Amino acid sequence: MWLTQPLYERSTRIFLGVLLLAMILVTLLHLAVPADHPLYVSAYTVNLFGKYLSYALLAVAVDLVWGYLGILSLGHGAFFALGGYVMGMYLMRQIGDRGVYGHPELPDFMVFLNWDALPWYWLGSDSFLFTALMVMLVPGVLAFAFGYLAFRSRVTGVYLSIMTQALTFALMLAFYRNEMGFGGSDGMTNFRDILGFDLRTDETRLALFLISGVALAVGYVICRALVNSKLGRVCIASRDAEARTRFLGYRVERVQLSVFVVSAMLAGVAGALYVPQVGIINPSEFAPLFSIEIVLWVALGGRATLYGAVIGALLVNYAKTYFTGVMPDAWLFALGGLFVLVTVFLPKGIAGLLKQRKQAKEKEEEVPA
Amino acid sequence: MKRLNQLKKLAVTTSLGTALTLATLGSSQAFAQDPIRVGVLHSLSGTMAISETVLKDTIEMLVEQQNAQGGLLGRELEAVVVDPASNWPLFAERARELLDQHEVDVVFGNWTSVSRKAVLPVFEELNGLLFYPVQYEGEESSKNVFYTGAAPNQQAIPAVNYLHEQVGIERWVLAGTDYVYPRTTNRILASYLQEEFGVAEDDIMINYTPFGHSDWQNIVAEIRRFGSQGKKTAVVSTINGDANVPFYRELGNQGIDAADIPVVAFSVGEQELSGIDTGPLVGHLAAWNYFMSVDTDANYDFIDAWIDYTGDEEAVTNDPMEAHYIGFNMWKEAVRKAGTTDVDEVRDAIYGVTVPNLTGGYAVMMPNHHITKPVLIGEIQNNGQFDVVWETPGTVAGDAWSDFLPGSRDLVSDWRAPMSCGNYNVKTGRCGGSRAAEEAAEALGE
Amino acid sequence: MKPLLACLLLFLTWLPSLSIAEEDVRAGALLEALDVRSFADKGEAISELAISEDPRTRYWLNALLDGSLQRTHEGRFVVVLNNRGRSWPVEDALTQEDLGEISRRELNRISINNSLRNQIRSLIAVADLYSEDLSLRRASAERLVGEVDEALAEFLAEHIEQETDRRVQQRLSLALAIYQLEQGELDAVAELHGSLNTDARIALSRAAAQEENPLLAQEAQAALSAIEQRLKMNRTAETLYFGLSMGSVLVLAAIGLAITFGVMGVINMAHGELIMLGAYTTWAMQQLLPGQPGLALLLSIPAGFMVSGLVGIAMERGVIQFLKGRPLETLLATFGISLMLQQLVRTVISPQNRTVVTPEWMSGSLVVNDALSLTLNRLYIMAFALLVFMALIYILRRTRLGLEVRAVTQNRAMARSMGIKATRVDMMTFGLGSGVAGLAGVALSQLTNVGPNLGQAYIIDSFMVVVFGGVGNLWGTLVAGMSLGIINQVIEPWAGAVVAKILVLVFIILFIQKRPRGLFPQKGRAAGD
Repeated sequence: MWLTQPLYERSTRIFLGVLLLAMILVTLLHLAVPADHPLYVSAYTVNLFGKYLSYALLAVAVDLVWGYLGILSLGHGAFFALGGYVMGMYLMRQIGDRGVYGHPELPDFMVFLNWDALPWYWLGSDSFLFTALMVMLVPGVLAFAFGYLAFRSRVTGVYLSIMTQALTFALMLAFYRNEMGFGGSDGMTNFRDILGFDLRTDETRLALFLISGVALAVGYVICRALVNSKLGRVCIASRDAEARTRFLGYRVERVQLSVFVVSAMLAGVAGALYVPQVGIINPSEFAPLFSIEIVLWVALGGRATLYGAVIGALLVNYAKTYFTGVMPDAWLFALGGLFVLVTVFLPKGIAGLLKQRKQAKEKEEEVPA
Repeated sequence: MKRLNQLKKLAVTTSLGTALTLATLGSSQAFAQDPIRVGVLHSLSGTMAISETVLKDTIEMLVEQQNAQGGLLGRELEAVVVDPASNWPLFAERARELLDQHEVDVVFGNWTSVSRKAVLPVFEELNGLLFYPVQYEGEESSKNVFYTGAAPNQQAIPAVNYLHEQVGIERWVLAGTDYVYPRTTNRILASYLQEEFGVAEDDIMINYTPFGHSDWQNIVAEIRRFGSQGKKTAVVSTINGDANVPFYRELGNQGIDAADIPVVAFSVGEQELSGIDTGPLVGHLAAWNYFMSVDTDANYDFIDAWIDYTGDEEAVTNDPMEAHYIGFNMWKEAVRKAGTTDVDEVRDAIYGVTVPNLTGGYAVMMPNHHITKPVLIGEIQNNGQFDVVWETPGTVAGDAWSDFLPGSRDLVSDWRAPMSCGNYNVKTGRCGGSRAAEEAAEALGE
Repeated sequence: MKPLLACLLLFLTWLPSLSIAEEDVRAGALLEALDVRSFADKGEAISELAISEDPRTRYWLNALLDGSLQRTHEGRFVVVLNNRGRSWPVEDALTQEDLGEISRRELNRISINNSLRNQIRSLIAVADLYSEDLSLRRASAERLVGEVDEALAEFLAEHIEQETDRRVQQRLSLALAIYQLEQGELDAVAELHGSLNTDARIALSRAAAQEENPLLAQEAQAALSAIEQRLKMNRTAETLYFGLSMGSVLVLAAIGLAITFGVMGVINMAHGELIMLGAYTTWAMQQLLPGQPGLALLLSIPAGFMVSGLVGIAMERGVIQFLKGRPLETLLATFGISLMLQQLVRTVISPQNRTVVTPEWMSGSLVVNDALSLTLNRLYIMAFALLVFMALIYILRRTRLGLEVRAVTQNRAMARSMGIKATRVDMMTFGLGSGVAGLAGVALSQLTNVGPNLGQAYIIDSFMVVVFGGVGNLWGTLVAGMSLGIINQVIEPWAGAVVAKILVLVFIILFIQKRPRGLFPQKGRAAGD
């Protein structure tokens, strides 16, 4: 089985091991340690970690296309947000008649707009299974349509990057419109339940954190298996020399398209996990700047390693949380400076640094003292 | 030198936070107990920093003043400042941090509606107190939020009344940025104009533009054509922040004078005007509950304190700052009355609390978590200030649910016991306005 | 109010001979009457003031108009000379004696509203018809169109004969004809035939709608349809102008990027912030030269170029040169720089927008006819954009630097072996592109906010323009910017601004699928992958 293949690989095992350990540790420290103990992990922190993990999954999705396909997508935020919106629609429907206007079916913003019935694209949004399916399908279909056009006509490099940016920008403008039926600029918020569990309890938060962790692990293994497979090698070939790969008889555009779609679906899942944890989805997730930021996480962590993306996402987001609390006026300097330093001095990111260390160590060991 | 002072202040407040307040107080008196923590949730970076940083400074100034007067309940006040960086999900995270980690007793914060919507579940879950200082679209009433800015009936409706009755406007352009506040306000206004003044649908033009829209040529030309049909026309503008400068510039350059087609704005205050050359805008209007030019001693004292605090002779004050001033004082009074900072007790104590506003009157906290405000109409002057040309005879109480929207017409809000409900439906007689609950109850009854 | 206009005329020609003391008592009473709450009473008082024979009337009316006529708490009338800060320099309204500075707490403004402002302006306009200054006479004739009443009509009919300037005469005849049409005179229709003036059109449509005089209605209707025809043509011209002017803004914003991105292959996300620096330079210049916004603006052109150019060179030396051959990573590094530059402006200057004043000669519009006027600031910016474009074409085609730039971009190794210092060329090219961004900032300061977010608003549009036009081709950028501007302005009236923007983006995405290398793809070896 190609999917289980990465489990025999050392780096994957380490990654999964660390992830599992961290999840167990956080759970234990949250549940078993008394609240006044210095090692206690509060529900707030668990929630934060859950958010970071969904970002990490998003970063893995971006690394898959950027690291292994060489496509710098500046629009992955769009797939993430679409997944989030699909989940948001489900959560909105779960509110039922507990909205401010008390309409049994319509979300508040539709009552406000004087709509009589749900628009057709909201059909099925009250079913979790359907939602789970759409979380992957909607970003997948968009990625397919966009990728089909773009890869077929061989839009590459910078052009493709700018086009993905245009895509997410156009979607942002569209979602800002009230008539779209997604809540306009306020988006969707004030969620209550997911699958009957109250979103405002600590238990649900912990569960969502654990699910995000599992999703990250699964997503990671899928990506790892993909890049280790023959398809993955064609990917790398087309990244490094697209024309040559084509001349060798590979249908480069098909490879690109399929990997791009998988990546978009993963981003959609990440978005769907993100929304119940932060409690809001609105068009600002489509903002081009957010998509650039995702790329930066990957760059910081180390491109084309997958685990590097995870490290980058966790690190940058933790830094963001920390610095905006401690030095609100200066954190943009810190963030900006970090990006400059990393791209100039750490072109392979933190993962590259780790590798270097390891190699140096191995060399040292080889040379007898 | 001024700048240096500002920078210094910045550096000190941000890095030392607590230490600063302690140090400045060292000389005056020592406080025995733990400080009362006042959370400040305003964006200091990102797109909203332009509006929100002054509000953070306002609260810090008020806290400083209060400490100089001996604190509150014999305890020192301490401002806890965090930066949600104009990022809405981050607002929710920061709110949780303030309430959960820093255990603040009250929070002053937010500007945009979406950020308020994002933090609302957090405040309700953790039972916090939020004072929201900006004019907004209404259609909301939360147990944990006090709305010290204007509801639509405290700004938009009096403004069109003025235009219709005093200026004789017959044709209306409702222009706004494409987001919830303008959409709601314009819906309320369109329905109000048609119902109350019998304005024909043809005489209302509604136009929306994206955030930060900078090319207004076409729209201004359209307004000019719309306004040159022989009926007196006005523009009611809910255009947001950054888009205003190019809009007014285009108006001026296309020769639309306030005497021909006046523009009344709901989001343009002194702060926004300080970035515009107001020469060509003289006579255009704004509706607020406070103007810096208001001629009262309380206002002059506030302005002087603000200028001293910022060290900038040209510093301006604006309506949301006054709202924070009122909100802070109301909270202070309620804490004194309750003798504790406990959220539930403060909430019970705050209804009916009356504090002076800066325009020579008093603000009362109503049971629907809105306050009473006078409504002022001001004309823009060439020095970036407004000159009040009209005001409501008394104060107007804020209405959470608009009477001009079909969905919310029947809803009222009263958070006192026994009703204790933010959206009580007077028709069905139920909280939550819930039709489903009603039906279920009927079914059970049968 | 209107009959009083005529009264004013009566008295303007009649010079008074009262003693100074008597005059001051009278004047004091006149001003006193202005200090009432009701605007209607204030309007009466203004009319009284206007027909008083006091020579200071004009001075008071002007002071009232700009809000500088105020009253101290002691009841003395003063004129404020400068109303910024906490204390204001004032002079006595009666004696014009300098009273030093008075705290603003001590002053109450005699406030007026829009309708009073209108009244005062009309009063002044009638008086101005006698002015020696031709431009004043023209402005006042312009103002009187649509404002004529019976008394004024009689006066105008005589006055037109005396007037020497043809334009003033035409305007006054138009004003008179509108009044006559309102009175139901058939002859007036001929005078208004084909006029694009709004007041004339309104008067005609009213005449066409009335039923008492069918012949007049018929004539007016005919005149109206001729006007509609002409209006349509003017609207088309106007849309075209809007499109070109929006296009020239896009070109200006994008052309610096066309050099750094197109020629050097650096994806400069800080391009927007370089534009912002140019705009801030304009602001700083105006602070340095208070009272001379025009000169400051002109000086900002070289200054903005230098500031942004130097920052650009610093970026190139400090960061970008280490990222040779990794174009996508320049995106990341420059994004970091853009964050830092934004926050730098926020901390050092202010998070608030800054005021940049538009000089007199750039405000207002060039009137082509009554229905079409071209806004001057945009006209200047259009010319400026073309000028910058030509200069860049010249530099790249005709100078040593241009030659070297082209050589280095086409074949770096070969160029170096010919003795070209490629690193120096990189530096200069990047500096040039950045400097041009600064120029864009100087221009944009006349259109939009000067604030920390300025750059963000233009960065995406700039990339779209460059990519649409074809990377590495300046002409492509010009054509792309102009056509996107026109497309946008044509769609906007029927689709709305939001949808127009979305449609343009979708159009670009689809266009790039058809022509993956933009409108004008680079040909030859330079295009190679």
